[in-house]
Amino acid sequence: MTSRSGVIIAGAAETDAIGRLPDKSTLQLHVEAAVNAVADAGLTLRDIDGLATVSAPGPVQVAHALGITPTYLDGTGVGGTSFLLHVRHAAAAIRAGYARTVLITHGESGRSRVGAAPFPRGGSSIPAQFEAPYGTMGPTTAFTIPVLRYMKEYGLTHEQLAYVAVAQRTWAARNPRAMFRDLITVDDVLASRLVAWPFHLLECCLVTDGGGALVVTSADRAGDFPKPAVHVLGTGEASEAPMISQLADFTESRAFRLAGQAAFAEAGISTADVRHLMIYDAFAHVPIYGLEALGFTAKGDAGAFIADGNTEPGGRLPLNTNGGGLSYTHTGMYGMFAIQEGVRQVRGEAPAQVADADISVVLGNGGMFATAGVLVLGRENR
Amino acid sequence: MSGKPVPEPTPETQPFWDGCARGELMLQRCRACGRPYFYPRPVCPACGSTDVEWFAASGRATLYSYVINHRPAPGFEADAPYAIAVVELAEGPRLMTNIVGVPNTPEDLVLDMALEVTFEPRGGMSVPMFTPAGKALAS
Ligand SMILES: [Zn+2]
Repeated sequence: MTSRSGVIIAGAAETDAIGRLPDKSTLQLHVEAAVNAVADAGLTLRDIDGLATVSAPGPVQVAHALGITPTYLDGTGVGGTSFLLHVRHAAAAIRAGYARTVLITHGESGRSRVGAAPFPRGGSSIPAQFEAPYGTMGPTTAFTIPVLRYMKEYGLTHEQLAYVAVAQRTWAARNPRAMFRDLITVDDVLASRLVAWPFHLLECCLVTDGGGALVVTSADRAGDFPKPAVHVLGTGEASEAPMISQLADFTESRAFRLAGQAAFAEAGISTADVRHLMIYDAFAHVPIYGLEALGFTAKGDAGAFIADGNTEPGGRLPLNTNGGGLSYTHTGMYGMFAIQEGVRQVRGEAPAQVADADISVVLGNGGMFATAGVLVLGRENR
Repeated sequence: MSGKPVPEPTPETQPFWDGCARGELMLQRCRACGRPYFYPRPVCPACGSTDVEWFAASGRATLYSYVINHRPAPGFEADAPYAIAVVELAEGPRLMTNIVGVPNTPEDLVLDMALEVTFEPRGGMSVPMFTPAGKALAS
């Protein structure tokens, strides 16, 4: 019997350190994460025949740096959720026989910018013509725009939005690797510097350096590795719009919803089966949109659900248990770290371990609600 | 030159920017299903038809959502904090814009308030902006 996707995550690891790493280049972070993940799987780099990562540096550079000659390459780069899509594509490639053991790497000098590609500016792309002229400057100025409409339509309060950061800090406080670990209050959040009203600094993700990597292989090899196999029970991917202004409805994410439906259907699970949840939290509103898109709460209820403590330690739906992009780390493409925490929880080796985390769901965001990936991870085949 | 980004038209967007230069907000509409859409592109997003045409929109809109940005992009230093808004045109499509002719504060920028288009000269181009209805200075 095999899991529905046919694959397991046999190895998973982050870079030795995360945070502020001015002495490590982007490529070094990829290599370090790759070496750590391959070792975690009890393998060597010679065992890897598939490589997936985002440009730059991209799969050719990373494979070459590691001395790997892959029979399968995936350079899918659709923002911070790309690594979830890499897992999904690796499952297809492994089922098709294009590769046997796929390495997925992430490394990003997001804070220190060592060996990093420059931020693109100008040009005549569609966003350059229709958004940049209005003074956008990265996600803080655009990803944040929908929430005011949500607040008007569903009554989400500024205090409930701020509480998302408070709730996630309760997990970060239990995680020695989290960048911010001191408990905070709603007043602390609302007193922090305004970045893009209604968002304050503490409602925005960190900007850090770091990396992570995964080793994906066929489920019939479960049991061949030092760590418990993490079965990939279901996967989904979806896209919506390349510009925030073109989302169909500012109160929801179509991509989140569609990717979630696909992953839950493949896994044959419902929300009641989920013991642990990761939702990519570049900003405080994203977990709210994610909870509703995946069906964990009714539309409009997720802010109150979080404010009522349901997602905190001891709550019924542990969410973003590493502290999330708001408190743990956020290199720019956070999806790899969300997967890593899902794997740790299913294995039972997380710093803030959840009891009976036999099914973990990871929702990744790409761009600004532009793309989504969802993974359903499990301890056992179902 | 304000130092703000100046849009560089591409072949499929040229009619939009030519319209702005005339003081008209041009949209596309599908001849097969009748749906108007933005941003400029050669296929109807509603039905997939390539039988599409340009028309001048009314310029009327309502305020759909926004943020007030406190960390200005290059060229916007003198404006900060400034609103980056998305407006919903009377014809249905939405677009990003700035709101001019009114203080950019939460108290003054009320969702669903009525707006109308105006055009800001910038680097030889005209960039569509929106202002509270009745305040437009453009012809
Ligand atoms: Zn049509």
